[in-house]
Amino acid sequence: MTHTEIILTVISLVVLIIAGFYAVMKKDLIHAVIATSVISLVLSLVFYLLQAPDVALTEAAIGIALSTIIFIITVRNTKRFEDK
Amino acid sequence: MKKVIIIGFLGVIAYYLLSAFASVPFGADLIKGVKDFYLDKSPNDLKVANVVTSIVVNFRGFDTLGEVTVLFLASTALGSILYRRRSHDSGLNPQRTAPEASALVQTGAKVIFPFTIMLGAYIFIHGHLTPGGGFQGGAIIATGFLLMLVSYRKFFIEHNALTWIEAIAGSTFVILGLLGLVYANNHNFLENFLPAGKLNDLLSGGIIGIIYVAVGFKVGAEITGILDTLLTVKETGLDPEEN
Repeated sequence: MTHTEIILTVISLVVLIIAGFYAVMKKDLIHAVIATSVISLVLSLVFYLLQAPDVALTEAAIGIALSTIIFIITVRNTKRFEDK
Repeated sequence: MKKVIIIGFLGVIAYYLLSAFASVPFGADLIKGVKDFYLDKSPNDLKVANVVTSIVVNFRGFDTLGEVTVLFLASTALGSILYRRRSHDSGLNPQRTAPEASALVQTGAKVIFPFTIMLGAYIFIHGHLTPGGGFQGGAIIATGFLLMLVSYRKFFIEHNALTWIEAIAGSTFVILGLLGLVYANNHNFLENFLPAGKLNDLLSGGIIGIIYVAVGFKVGAEITGILDTLLTVKETGLDPEEN
């Protein structure tokens, strides 16, 4: 790995952790779902940087689009805000 | 108190995970024999440029058939629980709950939709040459249909057509496997029996390309069906009287 790739990976991992905390802490569930899709987006970048393009494609197709829409359908059919 | 218990449990799990991972030397070559076999055999004997695909479809083809079956069962179960026939007298789908999207979204979806389908088809047709394959391509195609479903209320998907696509693609997979039982050299299920071709050619890899096209159609149809079923459920949940 070159220096740029290492720096990019570290930045991605930091973003991943921040987005994960945001998804757990946020009471508005739509925001939490968008945060999980950000996790998938950054994670697919990490997979690509770690030379696993197959896994990166899977994560991009399923993690970003499909699981997000299924969560959004679920939130829309139940409650938008988390109880205390 | 509850939080303390949760943190305690997480600590125990983290401890065992850490101790398990610490026993594996980082970066050590633990899978030497199998790895060398795959890396040598995929490009030389099977003429498949993408080693991951050759493992998934050829060496571990039976597992892939299992995965496809699991997806098929999940989509069938979901459809049998949630799918409802729409009424044919009105043009609008009465059960699609989402409001009509704005003109901007509709026009954008119309422009992007064919290219999304093309990208998905490219990914599963070139599954043995470039990263990706049937599952990824199928998921991308389903994403394209999802875009149209959320943009247009009048965009219908014919579930009969989806069922036929699933049936034909699934049988193609199994029939190719059975033909391998008859015509291949070692008479194994899902063994390659077609000529391998030239490395990096579109028509290389024998049955791998055909199987991945079938898997792409099957996954695309199944996930599209799942999304259509989920999007047409009423907002108030399941209502047994309205059927």
